[in-house]
Amino acid sequence: MQQNSNMAGNAFDRRTLDWYIDKGMQLVVFIGGISAIIFIIGIFVFITLEGMDFVFGRFDPVEFFTTEYWFPSDEDDPEFGILALIAGTASVTGLAMLVAIPFALGAAIYIGEFATGKKREYLKVLVELLAAIPSVVWGFIGLSIMNPLIIEVFDVPVGLNVLNAGVILGLMAAPIMASIAEDALKAVPESYREAAEALGATRWQVIFKVVLPAAKNGLLGAVLLGVGRGFGETMAVLMATGHSVNIPGSIFDSVRALTATIAAELGETAVGSDHYGALFTIGIFLFLITFVINLSADLIVRGVRKG
Amino acid sequence: MFEISDLNKRNQKKQKLFQILFMLMTLLLIAPVLIILGTLIYKGGSIISVDFLFTHPTDGMTAGGIFPALFGTVWLVAVALLVSVPIGVAAAIYLSEYAPDNWFTRIINLAIINLAGVPSIVHALFGVGAFVIFFKFGTSILAASLTLAIMTLPVVIVASRESLQAVPKAFREACWNMGATRWQTIRRVVLPNAVSGILTGVILEVSRTTGETAPIMFTGAAFFLPFLPQGVFDQTMALSLHLFVVSTQVPGVPEALPYGVALVLIAMVLIMNSISIAFRMYLRGKKKW
Repeated sequence: MQQNSNMAGNAFDRRTLDWYIDKGMQLVVFIGGISAIIFIIGIFVFITLEGMDFVFGRFDPVEFFTTEYWFPSDEDDPEFGILALIAGTASVTGLAMLVAIPFALGAAIYIGEFATGKKREYLKVLVELLAAIPSVVWGFIGLSIMNPLIIEVFDVPVGLNVLNAGVILGLMAAPIMASIAEDALKAVPESYREAAEALGATRWQVIFKVVLPAAKNGLLGAVLLGVGRGFGETMAVLMATGHSVNIPGSIFDSVRALTATIAAELGETAVGSDHYGALFTIGIFLFLITFVINLSADLIVRGVRKG
Repeated sequence: MFEISDLNKRNQKKQKLFQILFMLMTLLLIAPVLIILGTLIYKGGSIISVDFLFTHPTDGMTAGGIFPALFGTVWLVAVALLVSVPIGVAAAIYLSEYAPDNWFTRIINLAIINLAGVPSIVHALFGVGAFVIFFKFGTSILAASLTLAIMTLPVVIVASRESLQAVPKAFREACWNMGATRWQTIRRVVLPNAVSGILTGVILEVSRTTGETAPIMFTGAAFFLPFLPQGVFDQTMALSLHLFVVSTQVPGVPEALPYGVALVLIAMVLIMNSISIAFRMYLRGKKKW
């Protein structure tokens, strides 16, 4: 009798323990689940915290965004204009997209619609490996392979310029855009293609008249993510642009990007100085821009799934 | 009646043309990288040796090996993994097993996408503001690894979530019917079936972490250190930053040296990615459900 009730007690105890473990783990994984939100907010809070002194002190939005004079460490009259840096980032990203979009879309169409079986698998693996090459290696390629090549081919004095960084960045962004674009093509239901083929459409008619229009939003999302990547890329543009503050007149001009400016100057600034705060303010600006780009890419891609 | 008309012929010609055009575009996308790899091997291959991998740099980094940088990268990656894998897998479990399909889950997903999309240099600023200054870790392996961990968290979350979701619903239902709690089901049935898929994600993250440069520049990686790090509060050299330093910051470096460093770095990254891809394909082939 005594033994019996003991056993019952044990069984009861074990059940409650499992129940507590279950609830405990639910809480643990929930905390893990919201960690991404915590980190995103954390990033914004901490870079704002460091940039705040500048934003509420020396910062003048008109000067900051509309002048091109970036002399943050001048002792008598420091100037904080990031227009030239914005122009640098925009010109490099723009050229990168000109390079990347046709190739990425072409590759996505070939891999998704034409290639079959083993060939398709191999191409997908190659594209995935391309996307894995670290940005500092791309920067080194711009510096050591592209630089002499541009000097020789175009007969210009400096090979570190918009062209160099744009091509490098385009090559970097293309594989990522290609795989996202391929996903978008894959998401178009097979029945669309079958219906078009049943009506007598040829392969390319199916692709141009049916698949591409249907995948339009996903493809736009892929392009936007590529733009976001271009805006945020740091090491490659630091090494391949020539790093001189300049509003470019041609693709052979050296420029300097927003990201590269932070990377090059943060090490030399005193914590809490105006220069330091200005670099964090650029960081806030970059954070907000990429946030908006990613958000709109997500909204556009989701839109197509609902419809 | 079913003769091939002129229109058909024209269409077929057009189709062939487009197919070749798109194939060329794909090849043109891939070709530069093969050329680059070839150049790296051609110019840097001669310097690679056991000595190069296992000795310290000498003569102001213009000669000698890359051992401290390799060693530091291993440190940084290991500490980053210790932080990001548990958090990432927990997040994946929540999203795959618990999260309801509502606005809150959507915000979590959006946060993950954004975490992956925030520029690496902004992660670096965050690392400086949060870990180096606010939490007073100083410039150290700990601060750099935490920055890397947060930056690469989406890689683990996305890969783990995918492999958890690939476990059939029937497995879970069978387990619940036996009276198991939710956690027991996850621990005994779902996770064992998903662990190899999670592993491919972790390998991918190792590769990503190895190559990142900007986030560690100001948080814990140094241009040159005469000694190896002893603990997580020391600074360290790192392979990715070492490539930046020898190719831009040090005068008089022999040409082969940065090519050699780039070759080692790219080889590490590509080998790890290949392992991850091969492993994933093997698992897909083995899967019985």
